[in-house]
Amino acid sequence: MDRAERSTFVFSVGLLGVFFIAVVYASMGRGIEVPTCIVDREPFARDTLFERQPGLYELHMIARMWEFRPGEIRIPAGSEVDIYLTSLDVIHGFMIENETESKAHMARPLGVALAVPRYTGHNVNLMAVPGAITYARARFEQPGTYKIVCHEYCGDNHHFMNATIIVE
Amino acid sequence: MRMVLERGERRLLLIELVYPLLLLAMGVYGGLMQTLMRAGIVQRDPFLGPNYYQGLTLHGVFNAIVFTTFFAVAFGNALVPYALGKRLPMRWAWVSALLMVVGSLMAAITIFAGGASVLYTFYPPLKAHPAFYLGLVLLVVGSWVAFFNWIPLYRHWRRENPASKTPLAVVGIFATFIVWLIATAAVAVEILFLLLPWSLGWTQEVNVMLARTLFWFFGHPLVYFWLLPAYVMYYTMLPRLAGGKLYSDAAGRLVFMLFIIFSIPVGTHHQYMDPAIGSNWKLLHAFFTFAVALPSLITAFTVAASLEYAGRLRGARGLFDWLWKQPYFSREQWLFSYLMAGLIIFIFGGISGIINASYSMNVAVHNTSWIPGHFHMTVAGPVLLAFLGMSLYLIAQVAGKEVRFRGLAVAAPWTWLVGLLLFSFAMSRGGLLGMPRRTNLGVTYLNPSSPFFREEWVLWADLAVVGGVIMTLAIVLYLLTFLGTLLSRQATEPALAFPLAEAYHDEPVRALANFRPWIVAALILIAIAYTPVIWDVLRSTYENAPPYLPSSPLPVQPAGQ
Repeated sequence: MDRAERSTFVFSVGLLGVFFIAVVYASMGRGIEVPTCIVDREPFARDTLFERQPGLYELHMIARMWEFRPGEIRIPAGSEVDIYLTSLDVIHGFMIENETESKAHMARPLGVALAVPRYTGHNVNLMAVPGAITYARARFEQPGTYKIVCHEYCGDNHHFMNATIIVE
Repeated sequence: MRMVLERGERRLLLIELVYPLLLLAMGVYGGLMQTLMRAGIVQRDPFLGPNYYQGLTLHGVFNAIVFTTFFAVAFGNALVPYALGKRLPMRWAWVSALLMVVGSLMAAITIFAGGASVLYTFYPPLKAHPAFYLGLVLLVVGSWVAFFNWIPLYRHWRRENPASKTPLAVVGIFATFIVWLIATAAVAVEILFLLLPWSLGWTQEVNVMLARTLFWFFGHPLVYFWLLPAYVMYYTMLPRLAGGKLYSDAAGRLVFMLFIIFSIPVGTHHQYMDPAIGSNWKLLHAFFTFAVALPSLITAFTVAASLEYAGRLRGARGLFDWLWKQPYFSREQWLFSYLMAGLIIFIFGGISGIINASYSMNVAVHNTSWIPGHFHMTVAGPVLLAFLGMSLYLIAQVAGKEVRFRGLAVAAPWTWLVGLLLFSFAMSRGGLLGMPRRTNLGVTYLNPSSPFFREEWVLWADLAVVGGVIMTLAIVLYLLTFLGTLLSRQATEPALAFPLAEAYHDEPVRALANFRPWIVAALILIAIAYTPVIWDVLRSTYENAPPYLPSSPLPVQPAGQ
């Protein structure tokens, strides 16, 4: 290795190291987590939504060809929801988006929209797999409509499969 | 050095180069139709009808699996014997070609017949016709046979040249196929033990998470199987095409060995959002994914240093002058434009890949159209352009023709670059607004008369159409020069001659002389990374799934009931 090669190598390792530390910080320091392995829950085949504590809801969500159950959820603003999700047939996808923020993006001039990406505030993104339960906790501060679109191909009518969360 | 080809070798290479291009042309057509259907401009494909997912399966299987595997085998069949100065043993080469042609035809016919609309990832419990799975197995086994056919050549060469370094091109091709062999072992297990008996009705149910995890054990190293033949060209040929030398031979060897060890223990980064796998193990796979970015950063440096060397030989001065002293649009060195356009696209492909790998940041992009936006900048960027360029280069030599319409040959990769960057930007940008991938948006979300209409995605789906049209145009330009070359009058004796570059730094490095320690390290890392993942999957899944057809929400009834 000559000097230029060596310094590039050290810089590259350092750069990737910084990226990885940032990832660990986001996950452990800021609590942005990915789904993990769940072994302590009873399997469920029916959808349920109930208030476990004041302001804390528990949602058992079912994905199946080609609908989510419940298809529409109403909760008050400021609620926190523990989402448990499974599928009764094939693999489905589940991502929550905030429609009001998406619309705000549209209202901006085209040039700004092209140049500056605007994060739409979806922070729940799960795979619904038969034979397994997955979990995420979501907080809904802003009133509005939150859209859920099935984002894994699940058969001929996949593009019809969606749900909404209405925060009042 | 020229290597005159015998008749059998010519025929073999002609088949292995022309046949996959026919499938690729169909796959490209499929891709154009998908952009149109997603945007809601077209409701049905004139050939395949209204089923978007059938066309999408065709696009993925033909372009990403069949075309790439055929090219890697054809490239190795030409380059390995050439670089070692040996003749290819023809009997097993024909067995390999036969298996691959039969396998890919089985898969293709099943897709056309509508029996395998399960996309190229074929996740159970969506079930395809058994002929689809069997066809894929034959294709993969054929590629293994091709690899096993080169190993005795290498062994002989080693015995005859105990003191020489293995040619870098051979190191690269062997690294490609070592990664491929380890990775495809997992998908072979998935198909032979889980999916094939289940789709034949011999078993009733399948563990979906296990099948999915085995798929991604294969699915990520698959992208390096695509990429490494392009890297072989970047290291061994690009410097010579630019008029210079490879900056460092040892860097090339180190990069190929690093790909052997880090390509595979990373697959769970495709499953960050999956259940049944502990998040700590996902983080470990994230770590290894950052490690596998290292050889690409080394490559970026080495390629740039080689081009700078060539630029300075042409009289470049100062810091950046060499950037402008390259044969970007040279008709003489037309192959350079394919490799260079691919490298420029790969800058963005690499950056977006690191974003995807970034663990919880994946929440924002997983399964949105950001993902196809990303991987078209890798597999449809450096990989496709290098493969197309080399296919044209080889077909001219194998058929003994001069490359015709060189202006078009040079215009094709740059046109592709414009279309692809536009397409990928549109897909990525829409993905950040939640636009999903693998979804026939035109029927619902991008149909103004649907109650589910999503106005904010319209612009990005339409822009993807513009990109898709330009990309298709680039492929038409390419096919014109390819066919023009193939059908022209024979000009020379069919013979291979690769533009292999000398190295500027050529010192031998003992640790990089042998594959064995690197393969052992790879197997150890795989055991560390995958044992806990498979254990988690097995202990936390509580039931298996019966098969479903894409057309019905009711499971397929076992025969005789």
